[in-house]
Amino acid sequence: MKLTERFESGEFVVTSEIGPPKGVDVAKMLEEAELMRGRVHAINITDQQSSVMRLGALAVCKLLKDKDIDSVFQLTCRDRNRIALQSDLLSASVFGLENVLCLTGDYVSLGDHPQAKPVFDMDSISLIQAAVALRDGRDIAGNELQGKPDFCLGAVVAPAADPVEPQIIKMEKKVKVGAQFFQTQAVYEPEKFEQFMNQVRHLGVPVMLGIVLLKSAGMARFMNKNVAGVHVPDSLIDEMDRADDRVKKSIEIAARLTNEMKDMCQGVHIMPIGWEKHVPAVLDAAGL
Amino acid sequence: MIVSEQKPFEEILQMMEGEQSIFLVGCNGCAESSGTGGKAQVAEMKSRLEQEGKKVVGTTSVDFLCDKGLVKARLARRASQIREADSLLVMTCGVGVQATAAVVAKPVHPACNTISLGGSRGEWRGSERCQECGDCLLDTTGGLCPLTVCTKGLINGPCGGAKNGKCEFQPKTKDCGWQLIYDRLKKLGRLDKMKVVVEPKDYSKMEVPEEIRHTARWAVEQREEEAVTK
Repeated sequence: MKLTERFESGEFVVTSEIGPPKGVDVAKMLEEAELMRGRVHAINITDQQSSVMRLGALAVCKLLKDKDIDSVFQLTCRDRNRIALQSDLLSASVFGLENVLCLTGDYVSLGDHPQAKPVFDMDSISLIQAAVALRDGRDIAGNELQGKPDFCLGAVVAPAADPVEPQIIKMEKKVKVGAQFFQTQAVYEPEKFEQFMNQVRHLGVPVMLGIVLLKSAGMARFMNKNVAGVHVPDSLIDEMDRADDRVKKSIEIAARLTNEMKDMCQGVHIMPIGWEKHVPAVLDAAGL
Repeated sequence: MIVSEQKPFEEILQMMEGEQSIFLVGCNGCAESSGTGGKAQVAEMKSRLEQEGKKVVGTTSVDFLCDKGLVKARLARRASQIREADSLLVMTCGVGVQATAAVVAKPVHPACNTISLGGSRGEWRGSERCQECGDCLLDTTGGLCPLTVCTKGLINGPCGGAKNGKCEFQPKTKDCGWQLIYDRLKKLGRLDKMKVVVEPKDYSKMEVPEEIRHTARWAVEQREEEAVTK
């Protein structure tokens, strides 16, 4: 089912995320997906996340589809030119995939093949344009298709970026060219999220709050230093520092943040980063 | 030699939408040889703009617009006219446009597309880079080339990878190109330019067009190299 249909019916949409394995052993990944079955509306499948070469998102989305689990097919511009990206979008449609998330992609230097030639033939804006064109029955060169694909198109934004204005300008452009929903980078400060939502409300597009599970105080400090568009306030770092049971505390914080911000937005996207098995507990704690 | 061609006049007018007073800058170097930005073309551009009802508050030609020091010295003498202008139209290659944009606090429009730097980087001492893409975007980006200043060559705004104004590629040292573009446009009061959706680039224009390869000028350019290889 398309996430847009859920937004339209007024549902509070819940998604989480799974990274494909490096290799072809999919057993553990499928177990994680089973844990999320029925608890989330769709599972994002990342596209060579952090530029690390691994099993492809298209294949994994198809595996989940065969098991009747909805996914969000993530597609980045780093590794494919406009020919390959459009082709993969057609392939996704043939596999019955209905949700696509269009991203720029991390730079190649972040991953395990820093020698690779970065592509970036298109950007997240033109990728959305291409997907919209395909849906209308033409490729971006204007050639007619035999049969139109059908999917809804998501994009991303970082509400805690500093400065946030360039992010909002780009978000506006994404909406203008056809983005139908947004998943955000991790947010840990409800006040900042509220300000952000006030600035983008006029766009009238559903926004899903991004939650990254804090695994430790060290991880929070690392993110503050190194991860773009993310800021964990000291109070949360202290809380994690003092916790006897890190897992319990992490779940409690994720649920609390979700509850504090869920009335401001239309859904939540939980990024467990290795703690996939704890996603159901987070949803339990958040009452979702 | 750097080969450039003039953008269609309609595109030039579009870049100046809402602006009345224009200062024209030509280049006596490669742009003159290309027939795109020498004194004759500057005079012609002046009259065409005036026919369209624009006010040309001044014109100047610099020997090498790629030499930032020279540009600075020459434009300083025309400061009062430039202050009066809404923007500058710079009739040369992408390097010269960026060198000009770096030294004036005014919006700068590129009048030309840069076809080929022909192995030359001009006299440029600054950090401006041109990729000879054949379809200059400097108008939308405050005179900073997004193809070269952004590690990913993004043309529609920043990715989510910058932290503290630095690029994820080299977070200690490399500035986020789109942060620089955003800062420049904001300073110029032209953030509206950043809101324009830039269509996917035609990368076929990065190759030198066949009609230019056929010209005598191109043959002269290549001759030295051929003599060596014979």
